Formats: sequence, structure tokens, C-alpha cells
Amino acid sequence: MSARLSMTINGKPVTAEVASRTLLVDFLRDQLRLTGTHIGCDTAQCGACTIHIDGRAVKCCNMLALQADGTTITTIEGISAADGSMHPMQTAFRDHHGLQCGYCTPGMVMSAIDLVNNHPDPDDAEIRDGLDGNLCRCTGYHNIVKAVHAGAAAMKK
Amino acid sequence: MYEFNYQKATNVDDAANKLGAGADARVLAGGQTLIAAMKLRLAAPSDIIDIRGIAELRGIKSGNDGLIIGAMTTHAEVASSADVRKNIPALAVLARSIGDPMVRNMGTIGGSIANNDPAADYPAAMIGLGATVKTNQRSIAADDFFTGMFMTSLEPGEIIESVSFPKPKRAAYMKFSNPASRYAIVGVFVAETGSGARVAVTGAGASVFRVAEMETALAAKFSADSVTGISVASDDLNSDMHASAEYRAHLITVMARRAVEAALAG
Repeated sequence: MSARLSMTINGKPVTAEVASRTLLVDFLRDQLRLTGTHIGCDTAQCGACTIHIDGRAVKCCNMLALQADGTTITTIEGISAADGSMHPMQTAFRDHHGLQCGYCTPGMVMSAIDLVNNHPDPDDAEIRDGLDGNLCRCTGYHNIVKAVHAGAAAMKK
Repeated sequence: MYEFNYQKATNVDDAANKLGAGADARVLAGGQTLIAAMKLRLAAPSDIIDIRGIAELRGIKSGNDGLIIGAMTTHAEVASSADVRKNIPALAVLARSIGDPMVRNMGTIGGSIANNDPAADYPAAMIGLGATVKTNQRSIAADDFFTGMFMTSLEPGEIIESVSFPKPKRAAYMKFSNPASRYAIVGVFVAETGSGARVAVTGAGASVFRVAEMETALAAKFSADSVTGISVASDDLNSDMHASAEYRAHLITVMARRAVEAALAG
């Protein structure tokens, strides 16, 4: 079966017809071509597919598109400013070499923003705890933690 | 994932009707286990009844004698609730230890206990605190709710509405987690209540269980030394790539002692 859903994605209203078993990540990537949200493990472990639903970070490989009907979604494509300049957290990841291959980065950035929204001044332990659901197989965690510290400071400005 | 019929429920009666109408209908709460199981084709329900939009199933109420938590309240909401942290801080600590932040933003208390994973955290708090499950049909004491591995006393068509936790004098939860999944290899919830002490173990057996000998010793004297010499036989415990049954038996005593110490430290 298929059903109709409506949601707000990156500030724009979206209405679409999806099959009941379509995962949210596939809907975003394949139907809407928002390919910044990555599929890593596809088993809700690695966090590469992290997006914000109603302001909270979730793994969209582990939910149906229809579960997100009526919600407000932000993906990595939706966090930059209107003029296209990067979000402070993205800038911090670039400045602190918080990415190597870059595959985990969209999920890392989305988790980091949710973390800082809830803990404006996270310490090292809180950052590592807050990124517990995001795996980087280049294992560049030290610079990611540095980047989140800098991103948190920049988000206050 | 196999095809299924998706239905959104508007209220609990609607959900119960839809659940009864499907050949093999399942309730979808936060979906953190069910969706993953469906992707692996370990579960293939005919109908999915999504209860995420039912507002009355969500929220935390606190009273003088405890907390009532709606079935669709997320782990993140329980972990960050001022009412939970004030009245039963051990429950907030437990919720905070489930999975990872993204899982906690979707996963719900009702979904967790209905699934009754042998390594889930909430069943330990339910048994450790002597909680009560309220469904659309009746109230069920936690001691009668968890009946076996992935099994509960819920009847077909029965839907969890809320869980009530009586406020203990003191309580704590200590978990030896799997470092990847954060599931409990062994988790022990201890509580000193008005009607004695309770010790509930998750992760170690087919389903959560109590340790009567520890409870008796703690009722006599609520101190870590009371449980140090008490061990659980490994015969019926889980053995897998993460830990042998003997190691789990050892961990039960260690985690129980640490939980009592944490409870006393407040």
C-alpha cells in the first residue's frame, strides 16, 4: 500500500505519496534528492543518517517515512544560512579538521547541533557522550571533539 | 522489509480496533526495535498501527507517592524530566543509559516493556520498583507482566497506556553495558521501599528476575556488605559471545553491590 504524507523539510512544505515500507532516509535521498543525509550501516548504529525531527536528532534509516507525517524536519542541507554560508558547526568541523573521508560528517554535525542546543557549554565527556550514536571509521574523534567545542562557542555568537 | 498495511491511530480505542482487525497487526511505538526487526525480516506484520500521534499516551505526572509515565514518553523525556530526577533519580539515570541520544529521542517506555528484550533496561526498573502497567483493559503488576524472553502477559488487542512507579526510599541502577549496543550484559536495579527491598536483574537471564536472597539480606540491613557474599547460580543464565553464564553470575553480585552503594550515596 501507499499513503500520502505532508511535512515541512528545511523550511519548505512537502507533500508526497510513499509506499508504507519506504524508510525515511530513502524518501529523503531518492524521492527528494536530499543526498546529504547518508546511509552508513543501515542498522541504526552508525548515525550517518542523523537528521532533526521536530528539533531532536534521530536516525532516519530506522523509521518509516510515514512516521514523520506532520513533522518538521531539518537535514544537513537545511542548516546553512539563507545566503549559503555554512552553519557555525560546519565551519568548526572544517577549521579543526573534524573530518577525514567525510562520510560520517553530516550525521556528526546534526548530532553536535542537537547536543549544543541542549548543552550550550559541553565538556569533553558530554561531547563524547552526545556523539555516542555516531561512528567515524576514520577514527578522527579527537578533532571532532575539538570541532564541537569550537562550534558550541561559535553558536553562541 | 515486507509489505504491510500502515494505519495511524487517532486514540487508544481506535488503535485497539485497528489492532483487532488485522491478521497479524502490530503496534508501532518509537520503532527502535520493530523497524530494525522488520528490515531484517525477523518481523513481518500484516498491519502496522502507528500510535505516535496519540497525545494522551505521552507525558509524565508526579504525585506524592510516585510517577505515572505515559507509554509513548521517550527515554530522552524521562531522562531529562525534572519530576523524574526529583522523585526517582535512579529512573532518570537508567533512561539516560539506554542506547544512544538518537535512539533515546525515538524509543519509548511502552515500546521497551512490551518488547521485553532480555537485555533491556526498563524491565529492571519495573520489577525493582514494583511498578504497575495500565493498559486499555486492566492494571498489571510488573511481577506478573514479564513472562519470558520477549514475552509479556499482554493479550491480543491490549495496549499499554501508562506505567506507574511508586516512589522508593532510595534506589539505584548499575549496568555493565555492551560497549557497542549499550544493552545490559548485566544490569541490577535495587530499591529500598516501604515494604522491603527489591533486587531486579536484567541482561543475565531469559527475562528480568528478582534475587530473593539479596532482598532478604537487604531488608535486614540495607548495605553493600549484605549482598557481597550472595551469588546467583549460573545454570539458567545467558551465555554468548559477550559473556559466559559464569561471568554474568559474577557480575550480578558486583553490580548489586555497586547499586546498593550508589543508592546509599543518593
